[in-house]
Amino acid sequence: MNKVVSNADEAIKDIEDGMTLMLGGFGLCGLPEKCIAALVRKNVKGLTCISNNAGVDDFGIGLMLKKRQVKKMISSYVGENAEFERQLLSGELEVELIPQGTLATRCMAAGYGMPAIFTPAGIGTEVAEGKEIRNFNGKDYLMELAFEADFAIVKAWKGDTMGNLVYRSTARNFNPLMAMAGKITIAEVEELVEPGELDPDHIHTPGIYVHRIFKGFDYEKRIEQRTVR
Amino acid sequence: MLDKEGIAKRIAKEIKDGFYVNLGIGIPTLVANYIPEGMEVVLQSENGLLGIGPFPFAGEEDPDTINAGKQTITMLSGSAVFDSAMSFGMIRARKVNLTILGAMEVAENGDIASWKIPGKMVKGMGGAMDLVASAENIIVAMQHVNKAGESKLLAKCSLPLTGINCVKKIVTELAVLDVLPDGGFKLLERAPGVSVEQIRNSTAGRLIVDGEIPEMVV
Repeated sequence: MNKVVSNADEAIKDIEDGMTLMLGGFGLCGLPEKCIAALVRKNVKGLTCISNNAGVDDFGIGLMLKKRQVKKMISSYVGENAEFERQLLSGELEVELIPQGTLATRCMAAGYGMPAIFTPAGIGTEVAEGKEIRNFNGKDYLMELAFEADFAIVKAWKGDTMGNLVYRSTARNFNPLMAMAGKITIAEVEELVEPGELDPDHIHTPGIYVHRIFKGFDYEKRIEQRTVR
Repeated sequence: MLDKEGIAKRIAKEIKDGFYVNLGIGIPTLVANYIPEGMEVVLQSENGLLGIGPFPFAGEEDPDTINAGKQTITMLSGSAVFDSAMSFGMIRARKVNLTILGAMEVAENGDIASWKIPGKMVKGMGGAMDLVASAENIIVAMQHVNKAGESKLLAKCSLPLTGINCVKKIVTELAVLDVLPDGGFKLLERAPGVSVEQIRNSTAGRLIVDGEIPEMVV
């Protein structure tokens, strides 16, 4: 039951061109920055990335965009990335923008073994085009399918060698949902501990969902909008 | 005429004791500064937090603790964090009492457009589509006219929609208006020094003016 790998490069070694990846994080917060750096080093191409945002020009998924490793982004908000906007408007990059709650819940559905969800988000908008609509109690809902991803890559605060994970503060965001949703889930953590050191009552992601785990060193944790009193 | 702070101040009067409130990016964020003293209000941030505290002091920023605008923030006693699915779960299940957000256009039937200008600007809808599709009580904070001087209160939105038949109230630099269930912008209050005529000239959609319109108290 030891899921520990030595580093990010080993964790992502079998990620291949054309695969679909989920990447945790909200903006740059709770971002699996070590695995993204390894993906940039490996230079895998033609990726479909499911992630709430697309990073900024020089950090996060922005680094993969710059090297043209991404064929398609599935995100809810991409406003912080000029290179992304350029590739999108020029047609180099395929993009599917979907409501944030839909994105989160389609990950959750995958992890809960449910093929689809119904949500009112997007009814009457271009998001609804081509999708099945069902009426429940007088209100219309869109049917949205659970995501399928070859790999889910998440960042947690602490994890143990069995893959149990604990997140910190708002760096939790999409991470536990994506952790549940990958065919193979990779977790990078700031602190890797032995079984028994995490309180079972405090575990956010049970290890059953996690296949590989490693400790990342020297997290940069870049702040996107430093705001002070 | 109101400035951005004035719009925020006026909207703050719509908040009631005990409310859970989601504030969007821009003018709505400023509303937090004007919640009346003594009122207990919990602010929800859709990236997964209830109980948004003030911005941190310089040197105390925590990269793991941000709001939906990705700004560094602090937490309060009684704050709670959760994942993004639960965050939109509480929105969809109508546990959040009031949603305040910005818009590019609002139509007289309550439609809102706020996320895309085809061929020009593509930022994405973020959580706005989820919020407007589920929230019972939606107030839009925006300028009455755009930078080109064109009205943002229209008979029909020209930009891609964020949601349909959902906006209940609008507060602009000129006025407070209700969006009536049967359609139309009902003028409730004028901003200080603004005439009904000025509001009429800045409103492209159907404006309903019923009797004497009071000047708002900010």
